[in-house]
Amino acid sequence: MSKPKKQIHLAAHFPGVNNTTVWSDPAAGSHIEFSSFAHFARTAERAKFDFLFLAEGLRLREQGGEIYDLDVVGRPDTFTVLTALAAVTEHLGLTGTINSTFNEPYEVARQFASLDHLSGGRAAWNVVTSWDAFTGENFRRGGFLPQEERYSRAREFLATANELFDSWRGDEILADQATGTFLADAEAGAFAHRGQHFDIHGRFNVPRSPQGRPVVFQAGDSDEGREFAAADADAIFSRYATLDEGKAFYADVKGRLARYGRRPDQLLILPAATFVLGDTDDEAAELAGEVRRQQVSGATALKHLEFVWNRDLSAYDPEGPLPDVDPVVAEEHISRGRAQVRMYRDPVAIAREWRELAEANKWSIRDLVINTGNRQTFVGSPATVARTIDAFVQADAADGFILVPHITPGGLDVFADQVVPILQEQGVFRADYEGTTLRDHLGLAHPDADAGAGRRGRGRLAEAAAT
Amino acid sequence: MEGTGWHPASWREPVARPRELFTAGYWAALVAEAEAGLLDFVTIEDELAPQSTRFLEPDARTDQVRGRLDAVLVAARVAPLTRHIGLVPTVVATHTEPFHISKAIATLDYVSSGRAGLRVRISARPDEAAHFGRRTIPRIDAYDSPAAQEVVTDLFDEAADHVEVVRRLWDSWEDDAEIRDAATGRFVDRDKLHYIDFEGRFFSVKGPSITPRPPQGQPVVTALAHQTVPYRLVARQADVGYVTPHDTAQARAIVSEIRAEQDAAGRAEEPLHVFGDLVVFLDDTAAAAEARRGRLDALAGEPYAGDARVFTGTATQLADLLEEFAEAGLTGFRLRPAVAGHDLPRVSRDLVPELQRRGRFRTAYEAGTLRGLLGLARPANRHAPGRSASPVPAATPVA
Repeated sequence: MSKPKKQIHLAAHFPGVNNTTVWSDPAAGSHIEFSSFAHFARTAERAKFDFLFLAEGLRLREQGGEIYDLDVVGRPDTFTVLTALAAVTEHLGLTGTINSTFNEPYEVARQFASLDHLSGGRAAWNVVTSWDAFTGENFRRGGFLPQEERYSRAREFLATANELFDSWRGDEILADQATGTFLADAEAGAFAHRGQHFDIHGRFNVPRSPQGRPVVFQAGDSDEGREFAAADADAIFSRYATLDEGKAFYADVKGRLARYGRRPDQLLILPAATFVLGDTDDEAAELAGEVRRQQVSGATALKHLEFVWNRDLSAYDPEGPLPDVDPVVAEEHISRGRAQVRMYRDPVAIAREWRELAEANKWSIRDLVINTGNRQTFVGSPATVARTIDAFVQADAADGFILVPHITPGGLDVFADQVVPILQEQGVFRADYEGTTLRDHLGLAHPDADAGAGRRGRGRLAEAAAT
Repeated sequence: MEGTGWHPASWREPVARPRELFTAGYWAALVAEAEAGLLDFVTIEDELAPQSTRFLEPDARTDQVRGRLDAVLVAARVAPLTRHIGLVPTVVATHTEPFHISKAIATLDYVSSGRAGLRVRISARPDEAAHFGRRTIPRIDAYDSPAAQEVVTDLFDEAADHVEVVRRLWDSWEDDAEIRDAATGRFVDRDKLHYIDFEGRFFSVKGPSITPRPPQGQPVVTALAHQTVPYRLVARQADVGYVTPHDTAQARAIVSEIRAEQDAAGRAEEPLHVFGDLVVFLDDTAAAAEARRGRLDALAGEPYAGDARVFTGTATQLADLLEEFAEAGLTGFRLRPAVAGHDLPRVSRDLVPELQRRGRFRTAYEAGTLRGLLGLARPANRHAPGRSASPVPAATPVA
């Protein structure tokens, strides 16, 4: 007998402010109106997905000193829209990206605890970091954080938030109307934290929520980011959605868990993935090519080239050859508020490589960007895509995927209608929700499950006091 | 709305459901009751510390409700379940980022299709400041001492800047900034996005917002005020001020002080509501209301006395009182149910029909937005001069 098949986790990423999102398609709706979010969430829940995922941005991106206007611009507030979505769904997890740099633990902890209460235990937090003065200009803090401190602040931020979540055990509220005792413990919520980044004390004012703490996601890819995830996260939102890269990342991160006393199943690896579906594999491949051309207009191709060249290329023809001038290597970058520019660590080498690629293939600037940029992850008929996803998961390239459709809000519908039923028939994806909380969907234990007799003992005392 | 009601012993009433305070269903039911009564809006209390019977410091009581959910998120959770009623959560300006608050309330406006507002407040509690660790607030012993007045004046000035930033961020996108121009490949017209470049005594904010201008353009800004310094905040920045007169003479004096501050702030031409706040015990007879108040006071161990006048009596008597106060210049009322599960239904089922009989209250929701219900026009964007605001009919608001 072969070992039992792994169950696939699936989630949906509301398309955001990037050139994957095709806004010019007639089927593309609003990225702001609540009806779009509600449609997207209901589709994800109809498909029995684990959760919905929202990214974050705290400053409009700029390029060449001007607000970037070629991609979708604008998004709603994460906490507010996720909490509203709790009203139109019953099971779907609600994952929000919330920055640990331009927020404070007390406020973020009470927002997540509130979201968890108001959703019946469906909250998750994708902890991200930022340090740049560019984003900081929108906040009281300003651009205060040295880059090397971003993970130390993030880890302390999360630890502090956990202290706040844990400041209520969950058995304090008696609300005994006859005796007049509301709280079993006058010190409920008491906390004191003193560390490098936070020195706070007092009483947290949100009682323990259904999940105890929100599920924690991590999305960074540096060595520090991987360590942070191995130590503290329940799931990773990764960017390695190809088989070989996925397997390498998976093995690396899962291998780091033991030194924190954790088992491999206590951290899920969920890459972001895009898809293009057709009735046949050929039809899907053709459609994928059309989508790529929609995603990379001539103007977008030039702007993308500027990430590497770090200079104004607006005089070039996107349908013509690559620039023969070299990139500008400088501290200041032409693009601001965008993480991906950090990926090009040696721009001169990349420019040389791209020129050679373009010459060999007779590619224009636009052709080059179409062919070297992010290709769709899964392209094919529903059967092919279902088979590929399953194969990736069984091969330990991932525990599942966070799917990013290229059309808002209906882009997920075809996946829900055509791919999910195949995965369900094959017995690798749930036919219905088996629990009510996001921890249930992800197979993660409640944080109190390992807390031992201390917590339970206090619980019994409180019950005795109540009777 | 405050927990199980404004009376500290309200949670002990059989109707109170104190164990459900931290569930969505609890809040959804209350707001549905208020909407059934055609009220303009509900406000939702909040603070960044546990409730306390002491004004400026924590207590260690276990006989009253302690703990609360984030008010903006409570409002967001009930928004999709309601269609007409305005949702006005409390926001603490002292410890929050105006950038976050601006996009949160804009988003509340989107998820409610134009029914969002906020009630801005300050925090002068040193223990609340210690929850953030970014500033200390000196302990205030005598509230009316010059030192205390200086602290409070600064906190209100900061709150005024906070609201100014929030409002500028709402206007930082012109209404038609999203163009989706496939021909040029541009999603937005960047000329219609504006840096706010706010530089103030307390903080600076660059902008623009990440959230486009909300459906109401400017969601409704409200504030509670008890004396001159906060009256000035109301006059400078609010669309609705809540005040706490105990009789009509006081009401007249407060209204005239706020109107004078409004003139001084150069806003004389702008509509500004002044609502009277009342804590209400409503029953079929005045004696029943008095008896209920007495019973709750006995449970609490002391007579209830808050900042606002406490009314006990029948819906007819309350309607008489509201008419008197309206004569004194108040343009609406915020009624605080002493027991949410009892007195809110008495407002929506007894008081509202009484006011309708007198021709003083709407018989159906006549507008789709909170601004519309309050008779406030949708403001033109400050960056798009020359575009006129759309007029809406006047109303007699009750919240």
